[in-house]
Amino acid sequence: MCSFIKGSSFLFDHVYVTSCATVAGPMEKRGPLQGYFDQCFDDLYCGEKSFELAERRMAKRAVLHCLEKANQKMDDIDIYLGGDLLNQIVTSNYLARDFMRPFLGMYGACSTSALTLGTASCLVEGGLVNQALAFTSSHNATAERQYRYPVEYGIQKCETTTFTATGAAAIIVSNQKSDIRVEAVTFGRVIDLEQKDPNDMGKAMAPAAYDTLKTHFKDLNRSFEDYDLIVTGDLSKYGKQILTAMFEEEGQKVTHYDDCGCLLYHESQPIFQGGSGCACSALVTYGYLLEQLRQGKYHRILLVATGALLSPVMTMQKETIPCIAHAISLEAVTS
Amino acid sequence: MDKKTYERIAKQKKPKKYVLKHSLYAFISGGIIGAIAQGILDILMNYFDFSQEKAVPVMSMTLVVAACILTGLGWYDKLADKAGAGMFIPITGFANSMTSSALESKSEGLVLGIGSNMFKLGGTVITFGIVSSFILGVIRYVFLH
Repeated sequence: MCSFIKGSSFLFDHVYVTSCATVAGPMEKRGPLQGYFDQCFDDLYCGEKSFELAERRMAKRAVLHCLEKANQKMDDIDIYLGGDLLNQIVTSNYLARDFMRPFLGMYGACSTSALTLGTASCLVEGGLVNQALAFTSSHNATAERQYRYPVEYGIQKCETTTFTATGAAAIIVSNQKSDIRVEAVTFGRVIDLEQKDPNDMGKAMAPAAYDTLKTHFKDLNRSFEDYDLIVTGDLSKYGKQILTAMFEEEGQKVTHYDDCGCLLYHESQPIFQGGSGCACSALVTYGYLLEQLRQGKYHRILLVATGALLSPVMTMQKETIPCIAHAISLEAVTS
Repeated sequence: MDKKTYERIAKQKKPKKYVLKHSLYAFISGGIIGAIAQGILDILMNYFDFSQEKAVPVMSMTLVVAACILTGLGWYDKLADKAGAGMFIPITGFANSMTSSALESKSEGLVLGIGSNMFKLGGTVITFGIVSSFILGVIRYVFLH
């Protein structure tokens, strides 16, 4: 059984990553991680009639690739967990019609990757299920439409804006031993430092990432040194600098730290401060970082997926932006 | 960490705002659109015998159609991202707001999609345009009669 450390962290003994799969959109395909994705689409429509259907198609491809890699059929999975950015998490809920298995739809904004994976790991560790599949997706056009403006609307973007990544990713965790294990998880608290600018997600979310990291370090008595790499989900260039400055303010040295929003794209791509969205952390972690663990480049990494839990309605009503971050520690298994 | 300390830290790292560069781009691009409009007006009046009164709406419509086509081709937003207010303030900006909203909602059908969403962004301009012209009309009536 899992050991519940004081505070908000769980340590796991037998949760393993069976397989994972990633599907990326056109902008991500042109980024530095191209070779790490299982499938890439050249067009935002992905051969569908609407962007919403395109996102669902990507999510479905990711789930199918993941099952195929694990040599499993759809009904072999005990439980599915999924979420996305759209209202009523339509991508995941509609996709879940195909599974015919228990499904937990979850919303954690851009932190959904770690939220679903963390919950799936808890279920496996607790012995409640043998294997669970967690997936998430985001699409630049569907997110822009819901949270900002129409895609073709000509407006000058704020310099602090981030770019919602297009893609989907899925991961299967089980109690069967494999080369990577989920070692610990820290579920975050909702933090709100009264930020109101929906075009500045990095600044809004950095305090949440800071809080979760501090809690994680304190609960497990660890520091930056205990990880080969710590990545935040989508703080972007600006948020990354803020988080670093926050730790430095109290005299703590920040090492081995990067942000998925910065890793996913080239500096020269038109993505403003960096990538964001559920797919951002999922593509980088499930696609690129897990491969690095497998190859032995890293031994242990920590994903701190950040999410801004805002809605356009609340923003227009002058409400502040609550934010959350969940941390997941992944480790290469040395036999 | 309290809000005050946080704001101080965040302010130090804030990405630079290129106010001067953006103003210059807006000034030049807005000027270019104005010059094109004047060119169209001159051509209409000199070569097609339009009176000024008739040429002005034709010129506006030409710009609107051009902006709609550019939006449909996916170029307008890319240009406007550089030009900013230079392409946002002229009538082309209004045309773009309507076309982009219409394009966005075409997946929801003609009536409930395009029909009801077309003015999603431009509607506020119309609402306040009508309200302010009514107020000005009342003021004018009171003082001139």
